[in-house]
Amino acid sequence: MKLAVWTYEGPPHVGAMRVATGMRDLHMVLHAPQGDTYADLLFTMIERRDHRPPVSYTTFQARDLGADTAGLFMTAARDAHARFKPQALLVAASCTAELIQDDPGGLAETMGLPVPVIPLELPSYQRKENFGADEAFLQLCRTLARPMARTERVTCNVIGPTALGFRHRDDAQEITALLSEMGIEVNVCAPMGATPADIARMGAAHFNVLLYPETAESAARWLEREHGQPFTKTIPIGANATRAFIEEVRTLSGSTLPVDESRLRQPWWAASVDSTYLTGKRVFLFGDGTHVMAAAKVARDEMGFEVCGMGCYNREQARPMRALAKEFGLTALITDDYLEVERAIEEAAPEMILGTQMERHIGKRLGIPCAVISAPVHVQDFPARYSPQMGFEGANVLFDTWVHPLVMGLEEHLLVMFREDFEFHDAAGPSHHGGKAQPLPQEVPAAEADHAMPTPAVPATEDNVIWLTCAEKELKKIPFFVRGKARRNTEKFAFEKGLQEISVDTLYEAKAHYAR
Amino acid sequence: MSAHSPATGCTDTPVLRERGQREVFCGLTGIIWLHRKMQDAFFLVVGSRTCAHLLQSAAGVMIFAEPRFGTAILEEKDLAGMADANAELDREVARLLDRRPDIRQLFLVGSCPSEVIKLDLSRAAERLSAAHGPKVRVLNFSGSGIETTFTEGEDACLASMVPALPTTEAKELLMVGALPDVVEDQALSLLGQIGVGPVRCLPAKRAAMDPAIGPNTRYALTQPFLGDTHSALQRRGAQHIDAPFPFGAEGTTLWLKAVAAEFGISPETVDQVVAAPRARAEKAIAAATETLRGKRVFFMPDSQLEIPLARFLTRECGMQAVEISTPYLHTTIHRAELALIAPGPTISEGQDVDLQIDRVRAARPDLTVCGLGLANPLEAEGLATKWAIELVFTPVHFYEQAGDLASLFARPLRRRALLAASHPNRMEAAE
Repeated sequence: MKLAVWTYEGPPHVGAMRVATGMRDLHMVLHAPQGDTYADLLFTMIERRDHRPPVSYTTFQARDLGADTAGLFMTAARDAHARFKPQALLVAASCTAELIQDDPGGLAETMGLPVPVIPLELPSYQRKENFGADEAFLQLCRTLARPMARTERVTCNVIGPTALGFRHRDDAQEITALLSEMGIEVNVCAPMGATPADIARMGAAHFNVLLYPETAESAARWLEREHGQPFTKTIPIGANATRAFIEEVRTLSGSTLPVDESRLRQPWWAASVDSTYLTGKRVFLFGDGTHVMAAAKVARDEMGFEVCGMGCYNREQARPMRALAKEFGLTALITDDYLEVERAIEEAAPEMILGTQMERHIGKRLGIPCAVISAPVHVQDFPARYSPQMGFEGANVLFDTWVHPLVMGLEEHLLVMFREDFEFHDAAGPSHHGGKAQPLPQEVPAAEADHAMPTPAVPATEDNVIWLTCAEKELKKIPFFVRGKARRNTEKFAFEKGLQEISVDTLYEAKAHYAR
Repeated sequence: MSAHSPATGCTDTPVLRERGQREVFCGLTGIIWLHRKMQDAFFLVVGSRTCAHLLQSAAGVMIFAEPRFGTAILEEKDLAGMADANAELDREVARLLDRRPDIRQLFLVGSCPSEVIKLDLSRAAERLSAAHGPKVRVLNFSGSGIETTFTEGEDACLASMVPALPTTEAKELLMVGALPDVVEDQALSLLGQIGVGPVRCLPAKRAAMDPAIGPNTRYALTQPFLGDTHSALQRRGAQHIDAPFPFGAEGTTLWLKAVAAEFGISPETVDQVVAAPRARAEKAIAAATETLRGKRVFFMPDSQLEIPLARFLTRECGMQAVEISTPYLHTTIHRAELALIAPGPTISEGQDVDLQIDRVRAARPDLTVCGLGLANPLEAEGLATKWAIELVFTPVHFYEQAGDLASLFARPLRRRALLAASHPNRMEAAE
């Protein structure tokens, strides 16, 4: 038993629903108690889908438990087939139905439905949402993909995008366009937009482009083994990774066509002098493994940030994540405990967070700006405009969205120069965001007397170091986004020097000591 | 319509009962508002990852403050008997209470999986009460989907509190149902002016303010979904005040008069006290009625507010009800409401969602009140909707909110009219 306040991933059947909802002419029958239909709103509200997810729930209640829940399932499956006439049917159980052991797969098999029935084993008490998506797509491929001759021209499948994915809609479009520029046609894009009939002809492609290992790595490996289709390993997030991806695709396809980079603005935007203020900004990254690993490289190599912490919530990506973190001189944080992430961020005191909607709230609490780079998603992660994360346009989007939460270049300098201005102070927030600046309360000049006679202002810390009032006041003049770090560094410095009190001098000695 | 006696309304209308897929929340959803209402309570769901995910999704992904609820997620080892689930629960509770020393009431909330594996949370609550009492009172109720539908979670929670309430012989009014603070304060002020008192509330904001009850307690429900709480109060000997619910100017007046009568106060006194707020409410409702008059409304089953709200919309806003559907029809507590609704609409209980959507498509109502999973798909078909959860999350009771309640229904129609020229479904809308 484990106490959870917020979760990064839903249960595995929600992952399977993401696959089913992304596809067309497929239906899913979910053996589940009343109430599990809440999952529909993820798709209709968060993603603003204009159709109900193609899922029929048995919605059994207590009174059905003693009676015939298996019969209920069969009725639901028969009705779903008659009403929606899908090309194939996925059947699965949610966590509660797993406990009553009706075996929906076995039941559906005995019904003699005239379409392929694909049973899913989703161990709800061990695995999570990404597993459910990955497993559902794997089983769809295993059941439906037929051996067939390769297309004459070089084609590939684009695999991984699902419903409710972080920018999957736009990534698929961007990468499809990039491949087309390279003379490579997309045979099937799946799960998003594909029908079961499309899955059946996936074998005709020469190779697979794997966009999201979280949702399609098992299928990519199976297709490689059974259909001899190699798959791409590079995730094209950022300018460098997109170029590496193009090289990988050239190797797999033999394409020699040039790719136009004229619309890639991110490298110059980062190199132009206005971006100097981004230098060495300390960022903390957290999210799914794929997005965090890609973003860490972009942050360091393409934005000039300093990565001060990184991690992921999906244990499946723990190994590559740990390896990359080591390369950055860090220890990866692998956890799905939101409070643990909050503690790690507080400890690292970054100037910016690149995370999920959960980290956005952590940032709000701690006063640290945050840009969202990964699922779990929120209605805000489905913008009306085209906004991919992948490819050259994706690199442009990353630059804009990562810089947006920050106080901008010259404004940051002005804040540092005039940080005691009662209207224009750091708590007023960036001018390009909403929210009204509150004037600071006017200080009482009597406080100046502290310089003459230092008095302890703050009770002893755990290391028994006392901040003198004047030092405490000086600390407040340091911009808010580095204040936490300055406080900790100064306390550490004082402790190491065996000092009992922190004066203004101690503060600046510590600053010099830790100067980068 | 006029052939029927106005006194019985829809009382004798045969009820269409359906069983099939039900597109509803489970009772855990009630925790979203209960944990804010009861400021020293913590709700610990004993369940699965699905339960945690539901609470997070229903709460609009995130609430800013640290929530006073959480999920003890059952894992494989709890189910396989490799771990003693009770020992695990005791450990998690001890850890939680240690971290939140401000908590005075802890609710262990049962879920579908905890009920299917027959984890006895009432014994766990007794055991934990003994361990952490008297500082912390531990109670339990079920919010599972197999036992409860959406607002029934609040009913189960309040019902679980009733047996533990202290006893009194005093003649007091007990107002039952979790209301937003602003609404509760307005109600208390009105009742005070009318001369009804003392008045107590269930749930109270803090455990120390819990009401006492006894044979002289008179209680009035403010929410139409509190059937089990009603029965639990009757078992304690408290006396029910039968009345329509305080939605709209008429409902509020009838509710106040029924309460006043129980305390020997005349309807004329009530009329005198409420004249000004009632006139304000009627004026505010009239503004929204300009949009709503003559429009046809279809209620899908969701919050159990459907019957009183249909009464309000048909009698005070000039709407016409096509179908009024509710998860459960409590004949005892809905009787006064049904009598007020003019015959005509289909009254239905339960749901087979696909069949019901067929009826919505056939009827093409001007407004469909439905859950969040259905709203956008119906809008995309050119049908205006009002998502029902907002009716539970918004202050809508008593006079000062009557206009807000009416405009919750008017807004989708006004918005549709504003966007008529650019709406993706303009071809259908223009038919």
